[in-house]
Amino acid sequence: MKKTTLVTMEETLIDIQEFKQNTMTPLKAPEDFPIEQQLEMYRKMALIREFDTAVKELWMQNYIYGLAHSYVCAEAIGVGTCAALEPEDFITSTHRGHGHTIAKGGDIKKMMAELMGKEEGYCHGKGGSMHIAAVDEGMLGATGIVGSGMPIAVGAALSSKVLGKDSVVVCFHGDGGTNQGVWHESINMAAAWDLPVIFLCENNQWAISFPYKKATKNPHISDRAIGYGIPGKTVDGFNPFAVYIAVREAVERARKGEGPTLIEAKYYRYIGHFVADDERYRDVKTNEPWKELDPVVRMAAYLEQDGGFSKEQVHETYESARQEVLDAIEFAKNAPEPSAETLFDGLHSPGFMEYLKSKGELA
Amino acid sequence: MTTKTLTIKQAINETLREEMRRDDTVIIMGCDVGVRGNPFGITIGLYDEFGAERVRDTPISEAAIIGACLGAAATGLRPIGEILFSDWITLGMDQLVNQIAKIRYMFGGKINVPLVIRAPVGAGGGQAAQHSQSFEAWFSHVPGLQVVMPITPFDVKGLLKTAIRSDDPVLFFEHKRGYEIQGEVPGEDYTIPFGEAAIRREGTDVTLVAVSIMVHRALSVAETLSQLGIECEVIDPRTIYPFDYETVLKSLEKTHHLVVTHESNRRSGIGSEIVSQLVERGFDLLDDQPVIVAGLDVPMPYNRLLESLVIPDEEKLKDAILKLMD
Repeated sequence: MKKTTLVTMEETLIDIQEFKQNTMTPLKAPEDFPIEQQLEMYRKMALIREFDTAVKELWMQNYIYGLAHSYVCAEAIGVGTCAALEPEDFITSTHRGHGHTIAKGGDIKKMMAELMGKEEGYCHGKGGSMHIAAVDEGMLGATGIVGSGMPIAVGAALSSKVLGKDSVVVCFHGDGGTNQGVWHESINMAAAWDLPVIFLCENNQWAISFPYKKATKNPHISDRAIGYGIPGKTVDGFNPFAVYIAVREAVERARKGEGPTLIEAKYYRYIGHFVADDERYRDVKTNEPWKELDPVVRMAAYLEQDGGFSKEQVHETYESARQEVLDAIEFAKNAPEPSAETLFDGLHSPGFMEYLKSKGELA
Repeated sequence: MTTKTLTIKQAINETLREEMRRDDTVIIMGCDVGVRGNPFGITIGLYDEFGAERVRDTPISEAAIIGACLGAAATGLRPIGEILFSDWITLGMDQLVNQIAKIRYMFGGKINVPLVIRAPVGAGGGQAAQHSQSFEAWFSHVPGLQVVMPITPFDVKGLLKTAIRSDDPVLFFEHKRGYEIQGEVPGEDYTIPFGEAAIRREGTDVTLVAVSIMVHRALSVAETLSQLGIECEVIDPRTIYPFDYETVLKSLEKTHHLVVTHESNRRSGIGSEIVSQLVERGFDLLDDQPVIVAGLDVPMPYNRLLESLVIPDEEKLKDAILKLMD
């Protein structure tokens, strides 16, 4: 069968060249960024890498049911962003929510249990990968519908403003989401009201099988900020410090009541769209040059060369993350399944559930 | 107990005001809710009392309004979102159906969703196809949503208070031809629980379940038929989901005849669900086929004559009951 691809190797090499020239920046922590926190950043990136690598295996072994979308190669974005947030700040997520949950401080045991559909999972087996949520940690949940988190983030930011709180909201979304109508409605509303929200676009350059450049005339998403009268910035999405610095600035702005910022963290999804994606829409060889920008590898190299850590320390950190994931898998495999009696739990508020039970209407 | 006479419009306004005074986390957002006080005058005066922070004029962005209500509800506010005409809820369907209805369940019961979406429904007055619809059947189909459709000032006030104080998402549908309906309302604070129908008129021959504005048409028809010796029991369910089947079944024990009427169009309408539930729950109570009197299955036309053909009026309801009781 003839293989059709929308992006040739030649175009890929030009794209990378352009990325390196215009977007890529060397890893460099801000001077006030504590050294231990840099290692912690790396540990979280490693956790995400190991978690989502394991998810694919577990899915193939039928431990994980349904769909799962990996955050591999986006680690720097979630981790860089959440490093600039406080525990009481909120994030909204995408269908690629594992990384966001881990970055915001989620418990990977509860996450893995959820992916295996277990009672001890974050959502008691009701949500799975696509609806992973860690509400107590400020992670307002993953969503299976592209762009749908946008107005929810706006509403959470509205709460902060009306209730006089100091918290901000980061709205993660993808390049695909930027072409939904609600994307425009949400940014416009947040900008008009100066709400404390940071719209963080994870531009992985592909909306499943369709390259962003072919879906949109102007490939620079952050340019759109001009239209809303807010700051817009494109940063190296393979660089956690670049993301951190941009988000920190946007957070400061938001906390001062100066309104939203649009940040485009540009990277490249050099893995499949989801666990079972055969990537038949592209020449997988075009992924290879991008893999050289692997954010976890880049971070490790930085820590060893510029961060003052030994190779062993970096290695041990990674290994501790790997072990943590192995423990989470063990925990999840041994966790009990939800019982049939829990089917309707959480459908309504406890009071209304009681009412329905009393009327015999829950069946 | 003191009472006063209010229109439905005044009852909504008073309820919003009382709830906003009682609870600082209650906010209103929607197109024209602020300075203009809503096109029907529902929110007049609220902007002056509570300010722009809590009575928010929004851009014309239904998806963002409905979605922002969810984000706000999940993080500590009790938003009341207003959609100018219920027809335009369609612009926010993803937020309502895929997010609001499901978020508590999907996330394992951890998120409270204390929000109300208010919107006018109903036909008449030449508003044609995009300003005349009633979608109660659509939303009662979606697990996780509650649908309220009161049509007296007393019910509007008591049920809107329950909706605002509820931790669940509620669609509150107001009939735009009903805003001027008057009635007695207690001076004191009160609420009405969802899922309790009201018997508007007692009767022994036919159980007439009427939704929203059809309650008033049904009462008028019941008086006419009484002259002919047919006594209708008119039941106003008040809430579409949850629905009070017990009260209707009790009535059928007496009348053994069922007529359901709603203004929205017939096909896959709420009448079909009500009849099917009642047949399953009380087949032996029925002496004859159940009858549904509803709008015709066509977009609402503009022309006065054509419009009148679509809307179920007293005449059509009376004829259907007479035919059943013949």
